[in-house]
Amino acid sequence: MGPVKKPDKNHQLTLKDFPYGIRWRDDRCTRCGRCTAVCPVKAIVPGVRVERVVSSEGATPTPKVTRRVVSVVSQVNDIDRYCTGCAMCQLVCPNAAIEPEFNPDHKFLHFKNKGGDAYKRGGRRNDPNPSTLDMLKFTRISMLTDPALDAGRHEFHLRTYLGRILPPEALPLKAEDGRLAVDKNSDVFVPPVRQIYPIMIGSMSVGALSPPMWEGLAMGVAYLNEQLGMPVVMASGEGGMPPRLLKSRFLKYFILQIASGYFGWDEIIRSLPHMVEDPAAIEIKYGQGAKPGDGGLLMSYKVLKLIASIRGVPMRVDLASPPTHQTKYSIEEAVAKMIISMSMAWGFRVPVYPKISGTKTAKAVLNNLARNPYASALSIDGEDGGTGAAYNVSMDKMGHPIALNIRQCYLDLVRQGKQNELPLIAAGGVGKKGNLAANAAALIMLGASAVSVGKYLMQSTAGCLGDEHNRCNLCNTGRCPRGITTQDPKLYRRLDSSKVAERLVDVFRAADTELKKIFAPMGRSTELPIGMSDGLSVGDQAIADALGISYVC
Amino acid sequence: MCRLAAITASEYFSPMENIHALETMKEGHDGSGMGLMLKNIGGFAEPLKEYPILSGICSRDGLKALDEFMKSKGFKEVHMWNPAIKPVAGIEKKDCYFAKFYDYPSRYRESTREEKEALLTGTRLALRKMGEADESIVVFSFYPDVLTLKEVGDPLALGEFFGLEDGRLKAKIILAQGRQNTNYAINLYACHPFFIQGFGSMTNGENTAFVPIRQYLMSRGVPGYVGYQSDSEVFTHILHYTVRELGFPITYYKDIITPLKQEEIEGRPDAGALRLIRQSLRMLVIDGPNCIIGFTPEGTCFMVQDSKKLRPGAVGGVKGKYALMSEECGIDRAIPERDRSLDVFPMKYDLVTVPMGASEVKVWDQLKSQTKTISSR
Ligand code: SF4
Ligand code: SF4
Repeated sequence: MGPVKKPDKNHQLTLKDFPYGIRWRDDRCTRCGRCTAVCPVKAIVPGVRVERVVSSEGATPTPKVTRRVVSVVSQVNDIDRYCTGCAMCQLVCPNAAIEPEFNPDHKFLHFKNKGGDAYKRGGRRNDPNPSTLDMLKFTRISMLTDPALDAGRHEFHLRTYLGRILPPEALPLKAEDGRLAVDKNSDVFVPPVRQIYPIMIGSMSVGALSPPMWEGLAMGVAYLNEQLGMPVVMASGEGGMPPRLLKSRFLKYFILQIASGYFGWDEIIRSLPHMVEDPAAIEIKYGQGAKPGDGGLLMSYKVLKLIASIRGVPMRVDLASPPTHQTKYSIEEAVAKMIISMSMAWGFRVPVYPKISGTKTAKAVLNNLARNPYASALSIDGEDGGTGAAYNVSMDKMGHPIALNIRQCYLDLVRQGKQNELPLIAAGGVGKKGNLAANAAALIMLGASAVSVGKYLMQSTAGCLGDEHNRCNLCNTGRCPRGITTQDPKLYRRLDSSKVAERLVDVFRAADTELKKIFAPMGRSTELPIGMSDGLSVGDQAIADALGISYVC
Repeated sequence: MCRLAAITASEYFSPMENIHALETMKEGHDGSGMGLMLKNIGGFAEPLKEYPILSGICSRDGLKALDEFMKSKGFKEVHMWNPAIKPVAGIEKKDCYFAKFYDYPSRYRESTREEKEALLTGTRLALRKMGEADESIVVFSFYPDVLTLKEVGDPLALGEFFGLEDGRLKAKIILAQGRQNTNYAINLYACHPFFIQGFGSMTNGENTAFVPIRQYLMSRGVPGYVGYQSDSEVFTHILHYTVRELGFPITYYKDIITPLKQEEIEGRPDAGALRLIRQSLRMLVIDGPNCIIGFTPEGTCFMVQDSKKLRPGAVGGVKGKYALMSEECGIDRAIPERDRSLDVFPMKYDLVTVPMGASEVKVWDQLKSQTKTISSR
């Protein structure tokens, strides 16, 4: 006797266990097949089903039962092919016959560990609640006692500094006939400082992004700088940059990142003698907000020809960078040696700063840097930061929100009187709910010198589908349906780099207007309102106390 | 918006001249207070020039405590001046208004100016702290040849209250401010003009960047950068920080509080230095709206505006007497005989100075770093 066939489908998932369910309308569907073709995970499949049709013709009811076979689109209940809710099917459907629907009662994480493989994905923290940044309000509005400024008429200095700034008493100046001059004979080291736009483009690597995405952003950055005079800088992420760009005059708009895998640095070092411009800065990555304590990860399906050549590795291998810079055994050594060696490579003409993930220990790092005269800044990436690939647990559960982290670090610098010496760069969740300028302004008023954005820009410039309900988030798989995070030409040809560039310019121009609309009523235009925390309030007493701002209701 | 009236002259004059000027700008102050700061004091004070003057207000107990404290520190009182108080309706009289002249403790006789200044500041701060809780001691300044009077009330009534009409009190430089109370409860420490180690200034308008500026000053480690009951006190301290602590020429005060734009900096002969200053002192940039009037230890009076010139201000006078005021009607009252066509209305790039002796007006143009001199008859 053979095994008894179980009729109850036990050990199979129900579609109710999945995060997204597909609503398909038989009456509208023309069976064109576009949805099933576009679905990046093959979560929907064409199929057939038998239908029982009861019909009656003639004057009196004479029901007639017929059976017919119809073709349908149905959702599969395979956890490896779960519907990600990306809505590409809806986008391509000519008849509005299909759409995904979020299922708040899903049990996805209960099952997404098949084979003992912990769930990995791209994207951001799956927390749809507003962040602290989105709860902050700008409440000090100048009106009659002090005329508000006019965002349209007055000049605004929306610029910040990237680089170590000497305190005034240390400046190599001498007074001659009532004028100050730089003392040429002084042996004071004046660190390199760049004047940049206070919203920076955060590290997204050439390997993580597709060629048109990276090109689009780079083109947009060049346009912003050269046509609009907005000194927006963009960080490369780990893995280097195309050699052509390294040797071009555009390099000055880019920050080169060095991370624990040192990917891409062979090429960078080789290009050094041919560089016609210095990069904007060097970022040493020690941590990332999306996956604190976890290294970099570029999965094999994304390591194709171009990426392999830039990174100096064979094709189709997983590229994992370790969580730490393994050649360094202590913070003093790691920070001091890395900063000095990077500075030396460019003759001390380029600011070098570390980036860490938001953490309770940020202040310890900060104090170390504050004592190091070559440290140019500290970039802190909060828990809401995004990534191309990470373990879900790292993304969802690890990390520290940026608001308090930046505030505490700033106040710590104030206590040491160094608030203007070591610029703080805040990242992680800036623009999470679309409020790019408001979030940036709030962080600046809490003490950041600049903010850094990545994920928001992928959404607003290239239509990245991801959200905080784990929508899409396939960035690690190389199957990005928008062509943003893939090296597959079939997919990335969907993305038009000039449209990305155009959108980037739109985004920065609009943010510029919004920043003015925020700063003008608060009476700040000649400088950024760094640390102007009296202009901020929040409707939550505990947050107000923690940030040292006022409570409002 | 408070109203400001400063006069600098080669001869001694009465603070009533400033008060009458304030009276012409009456719609701009609400009688919520007046501050007077006199420098280069004449009459009875002329022979006492090197003795530091402690100006303040005390309760009876406070005065006792103050005297004991000063004695314990080795200060010897050489003279005390009290205003001849006349009761005036609406002004609440405190126990004792005073300006006490002291000789330095004997061990400071040979000390440098810096050491003496540090001693005076330290003493003033200690006294301020002693009397802060119960308001038994309020001290405004402690410095040679500088006397400060402040009280809540209408300027003209206060002039009568302090008996300033009797002509006993005269000086060559006098700053006066009629207060328009806006943001803060009336506190005498919040009343202009403010003073620190030879530098005095008063301002009208608000200081929107008060919080980061205050934090920056307080973290400089300079004794005396405390208090800040008024958001305008920082203007005096920035001046002190610029000239005294950093040793910059006074024109850089303008470059620090209202810096030029990057492109504009490149056109200045001292662009290299300016670029560094712009970065290094960005925390001290103000946004106004402000008109700042003040004096330096050498007796140079100045007026400077915010970078958008959001507040009025005018300087005018005759050789030997100039007025720096927030409104022209005040100058008309103080120096009616002047040639009005020579009045200067400082614009956003201007730093206007009148040297000690009030011989002429100098207008320094921030854009070109050039000075134009305007002399009257
Ligand atoms: S929503 Fe996306 S993943 Fe889901 S079925 Fe449609 S195309 Fe496939
Ligand atoms: S659209 Fe692309 S980049 Fe955006 S979440 Fe999906 S896979 Fe990631």
